[in-house]
Amino acid sequence: MGALFQQDRHEELGTLASSVAVPPAPLARRRFKPKEAGKSFLFTFVVVVVLAAFLSPLIRSVFVSLKTPEQVGQLDAPPYPAALATFDYKGKTYDVYDVPIDGATKSLALVKKGRDSSQFVDPSNTDAGLITWPGSWRNLTRSWSFSPEWANYATVWDQIDYPRLLFNTVAIALIGMIGTILSCTVVAYGFARFRFPGRSLMFTLLIATIFLPYAVTIIPTYTVFLKLGWVGTWLPLLVPTFFANAYDVFLLRQYLLTIPREMDEAAAIDGAGPFRTLLSVIVPQAWPAIIAVAIFHVVYAWNDFFAPLIYLSTKPELQPLALGLAHFNTLHYRNQAFIQAGTLMTMIIPVIIFLIFQRFFTRGIVISGVEK
Amino acid sequence: MASVPLQPVSPREGRNRWFGRPSLGKSSLARNEARWGLIFLSPWLFGFVAFTFLPIIASLIFSLTNINLAQDQPLRFVGLDNFQRMLADPQTWESLAVTFRFAAFNLPIAIVVPFVVALVLNSRYLRGVGIFRTLFFLPYVIPFVSGVLAWQGMLNLETGWVNEFLRALGVQNPPNWLQDTSLIYPSLAFIGLWGIGAGVIVNLAGLKGIPSELYDAARIDGAGWWAVLRNVTLPMMSPVIFYSLILGIVDVLQYFLVPLVLYNGTGEPGGSTLFFNLVIYKQAFNFQNFSYGATLAWLLFGITLAITLLVFRTSRRWVYYAGER
Repeated sequence: MGALFQQDRHEELGTLASSVAVPPAPLARRRFKPKEAGKSFLFTFVVVVVLAAFLSPLIRSVFVSLKTPEQVGQLDAPPYPAALATFDYKGKTYDVYDVPIDGATKSLALVKKGRDSSQFVDPSNTDAGLITWPGSWRNLTRSWSFSPEWANYATVWDQIDYPRLLFNTVAIALIGMIGTILSCTVVAYGFARFRFPGRSLMFTLLIATIFLPYAVTIIPTYTVFLKLGWVGTWLPLLVPTFFANAYDVFLLRQYLLTIPREMDEAAAIDGAGPFRTLLSVIVPQAWPAIIAVAIFHVVYAWNDFFAPLIYLSTKPELQPLALGLAHFNTLHYRNQAFIQAGTLMTMIIPVIIFLIFQRFFTRGIVISGVEK
Repeated sequence: MASVPLQPVSPREGRNRWFGRPSLGKSSLARNEARWGLIFLSPWLFGFVAFTFLPIIASLIFSLTNINLAQDQPLRFVGLDNFQRMLADPQTWESLAVTFRFAAFNLPIAIVVPFVVALVLNSRYLRGVGIFRTLFFLPYVIPFVSGVLAWQGMLNLETGWVNEFLRALGVQNPPNWLQDTSLIYPSLAFIGLWGIGAGVIVNLAGLKGIPSELYDAARIDGAGWWAVLRNVTLPMMSPVIFYSLILGIVDVLQYFLVPLVLYNGTGEPGGSTLFFNLVIYKQAFNFQNFSYGATLAWLLFGITLAITLLVFRTSRRWVYYAGER
């Protein structure tokens, strides 16, 4: 399987990677016949609708996170964050109701309650004075007005000890990132620039580890970490990052192969050893790929749930955000406003990182074919 | 990023490098190069032995013993007892059936949806491609626990927007997506859609790599949209589809984290989310029966290996490599 796979992967990635280099012809693409403009508008509109559906859970999360617990429990409440409307009229506060009047529904403040007819005032037009509406006010529903409950975020911040979880997540992600960059760059350099017996076999083994079910190695690995006393510390999450992983080595190797050897040779003639060449010739040229690896690792570590689950479940003070959030959910799943606020607080940083470094991200995926 | 010339260049050269060519012992220069190469590889070599090779072997040894942290008992070899228990345990077969049923449902979606989204993003009728690409990719970077909780709310019986939408369309009693055994796989597939990002990017790169001459030639021959898709795009994309298929199989056979977060590993509703990997996780880390967990893990390993090899076998027939000689 190995040799065959390696071959396939290379050929396929060859087409993928070379396609990136070919700039699309923007002029040819953008030139439109007037007849096609309508088609284009319609097509884009359909895609906008599909995209809105695709992202709607995210939009819903934002809305729910800003609701009061009362609104979450209220089934006839509007989907956006809102509070029951009230209106101050002549020094007193009155509840606002949806009143069907003259064939339309108006939001009116109920001033004087009556069994058969009640008196209302129109908040948008108080000069008109009291409006008498025939009918029982008890049949009316309260009206809602837009009112985000920002305090949910502050509450969740305290309840899950966000600063602690954030610190843990950032520390685990950054230390792992350093380990990954150091080890994967060195190993990729070894694969890209040196010939030695068994190199292809080793490369095949490296790639084959991508296909290995995690379950088949995790039990003995866990046992060893347990015997070393590392369970309940960050070490099982951090130490392996210093020993390279297949995805990032593959990505970096592919990139290093694009750097011309002439520079290496010039450095060698000037008396630079392999380490020196790596540091002063290769690394400065490989930074786009190194940044991609760094971002991949941070996003991966932020997402990682399983390793913290098995190694840190007894140590809440050492847990990262993903695990803290899952825990918070099992305790407070009834309070959806808090859960969704926590959900957004967990995802916000990777989302920002992605939006800033998007270019490196997508190019990295194209080169390696996959992100881990 | 410039184009990537890939090694090995030709299959023949690649094969030679396995053992034959590098003339070890012939020149000190070659020996020096080999030594440096191995020095640079050493972090991975050590990591491979420590975190992959030895654990695989240890896992096999575990499966022949009685290591169970929950029970204090002297360590001994039990032969194939764990394997016998595995074959006799109905849960093994039920959880395998769950895994394969979900795979049969989800794998086509996980392959077709990114392909279709890439086709859409590659369409000349779409304006503002950049922003669409960003937003279709965005959920991919959302930590999966966040994604699961956002979707859990979205699919809620009472307050979820999916059911609000159905009610607005006039559906009287919309379904309870996450608690209905017949709807649980579609629901999990919905949740999985947030992971299509990387697949979309890979498919898009593949589509952009198809030479435009092929499309021109097809158009001159009078081929319609469907004929072009069938006879040009699909064959040219077959390496990408093959690649997505292999990775998709490996992923789906290991699937269990989403139901673990959704149902705390109970397998609700009605055992329909008791995936095979979830059983391994529970045996190893809830019941601390490391030997039985390792036995099940080896079965998963064997199944994964067998299926991927089978798919590789068939690939000769349907995967087209433009550069192949």
